[in-house]
Amino acid sequence: MPNETKTAATTTAKASKIHDPMLTLQRAVAYIVLFVLCFICLFFFYVLIVNATHNNFTIQQGFDPLPRGSFGVNFFNTTHDANVPILTGLRNSLIVSAACAALSVYFSALTAYAIYAYDFKLRKLAFTVILLIMTMPTQVSALGFLNLMDSMKLTNTLWPLILPSIAAPTVFFFMKQYMDSSLPRDIIDAARIDGSGEFHTFNTVILPILKPAMAVQAIFSFVGAWNNYFIPALIINDAKWKTVPILVAQLRSADFLKFDMGKVYMMITIAILPVMIVYLLLSKYIVRGVALGSVKG
Amino acid sequence: MKTKRKGMSYAKWGYIFLAPFFITFFIFQFWPLATTIYYSFFEYFRSGLKIIGPNFVGLKNYAAMIKEVPKYFSNTMVMWLMGFIPQIIVSLVLAAWFTDLRLKLRFQGFFKTVIYMPNLIMASAFAMLFFTLFSNSETGPINSILLKLGIVAEPVRWLSNVWTARGLVGLMNFLMWFGNTTIILMAAIMGVDPGLYEAAQLDGASSTTMFWRITIPLIRPLLVYTLITSLIGGLQMFDVPQVLTNGKGDPNGSTNTIIMYLNQHLYSKNYGTAGAISVLMFLLCAVLCVIIYFTLTQEDDGLTREQRKAEKARIKAAKAAARHH
Repeated sequence: MPNETKTAATTTAKASKIHDPMLTLQRAVAYIVLFVLCFICLFFFYVLIVNATHNNFTIQQGFDPLPRGSFGVNFFNTTHDANVPILTGLRNSLIVSAACAALSVYFSALTAYAIYAYDFKLRKLAFTVILLIMTMPTQVSALGFLNLMDSMKLTNTLWPLILPSIAAPTVFFFMKQYMDSSLPRDIIDAARIDGSGEFHTFNTVILPILKPAMAVQAIFSFVGAWNNYFIPALIINDAKWKTVPILVAQLRSADFLKFDMGKVYMMITIAILPVMIVYLLLSKYIVRGVALGSVKG
Repeated sequence: MKTKRKGMSYAKWGYIFLAPFFITFFIFQFWPLATTIYYSFFEYFRSGLKIIGPNFVGLKNYAAMIKEVPKYFSNTMVMWLMGFIPQIIVSLVLAAWFTDLRLKLRFQGFFKTVIYMPNLIMASAFAMLFFTLFSNSETGPINSILLKLGIVAEPVRWLSNVWTARGLVGLMNFLMWFGNTTIILMAAIMGVDPGLYEAAQLDGASSTTMFWRITIPLIRPLLVYTLITSLIGGLQMFDVPQVLTNGKGDPNGSTNTIIMYLNQHLYSKNYGTAGAISVLMFLLCAVLCVIIYFTLTQEDDGLTREQRKAEKARIKAAKAAARHH
């Protein structure tokens, strides 16, 4: 039935494609608008990458759209600047983001499975609570969080940035929806008949089925943690544990007249390029993930 | 008998599997929120190396905060609207174009990939980039381009003018979110029964008519969802104006947001005032969260709530029966 509708619509589309000048005009407008928007989106990154290949002197001359050869020098200068420990920053960001991705995906799947597979008294209540807190910003409890981390002697460590990701309501919600649509209940029963324990079933039977959903959510959690600035900036003062966003923000307070702009552009490039490369490689799955995450359950 | 007992005992696994989430939530979110609310009623700040308080002061922090907060709130809302209004308009138009079967746009994969890309950019790095691109000097990249093309006669002082500074924040928020919104709205539009468009087409309806009469009413729940999530995101606005203005909210505090204000008090360890701001934010967001909850759980399969309940009860009874056998 949906196929039939589609063919009918395609035929109509074909017919009108030939005859309707209004449609041609509308199509032209659509392409122009899309090209302008894409141009704006890409332009800023183009300037960024080009300027990262210039040295301070040519940057100060005004914008020159052609790349130069200072990329290597800028990279060396940036990674060897003792004031901005970008390599340690990258290491810290990598640890935090990878840990957040792993924890949030695993425990959200576990939480969603609890709600999906078991019938217990507080099930409905638990689900309601998670949905209610889903969009509550972490900033509202930042004060108490800071105090607690202080009294637990966890400030200037990476733990406060990692551990809270065990409770990730948005990842949970996505997992729950994925289970509703793609996890047959018969599998659970079949595993029980085979004598598999509940925890064992979850790890060896259920998780592999959830792989596609987990991969997409791992990317989003990773990127979210990678870009996170507010809480890390309040928790970490020690240069040894600073993450990339803190170092980038620190650039802003530097004295610009004395600063090598080639280094500034290089630093921004280092901060956003890893995510961009992953995105360009996996964009198909990521864009699909955004669409799936929005469809109501 | 044995199977029945086993069936009963599964419930405990539900609690076991939920435990990590709720323990984490309790320690890192609920308890901090409770102490935040508690501190909002105390005088508790650091003056030099000395810590004053905590002394109970009732609603004094709130009284002080209420005088200050409106200007931060209006700054936040103005900059949010400067991003959100173009965002929702552009996203709706793009989503309608992408899904229009008569228009049949090509290169959709490419367009979607490009417009979604800014959403993944580190906001603080993006703001730093804008700060360097839109620098006030005549050699700043944007100014030097505008001067070369003869669009302006002298360098624009982007960050020293209230409306250009706010406009830059709005532009960044727009760029970071319009692709995301477009994809979400597209998914919603594609969920609309194609038969409706087919029927309307046979009746001779134009694309515009179909958009306003079919698409908009049917995706209204998702539009509400987009509006509220964007509003919650807007209330949290911090990274972009903080880095763009070096935490000062220049010019004249016109880009200072609520969370920047909160951050200033957290940074200087003025916990009483910070607590009062947090509680205000919590109340605002709680209302919005409840609205989101209802848009997410709203039934959209045509059944009424009662019918749905009856259906659920029927399934439950059938399951229970199956278990007993």
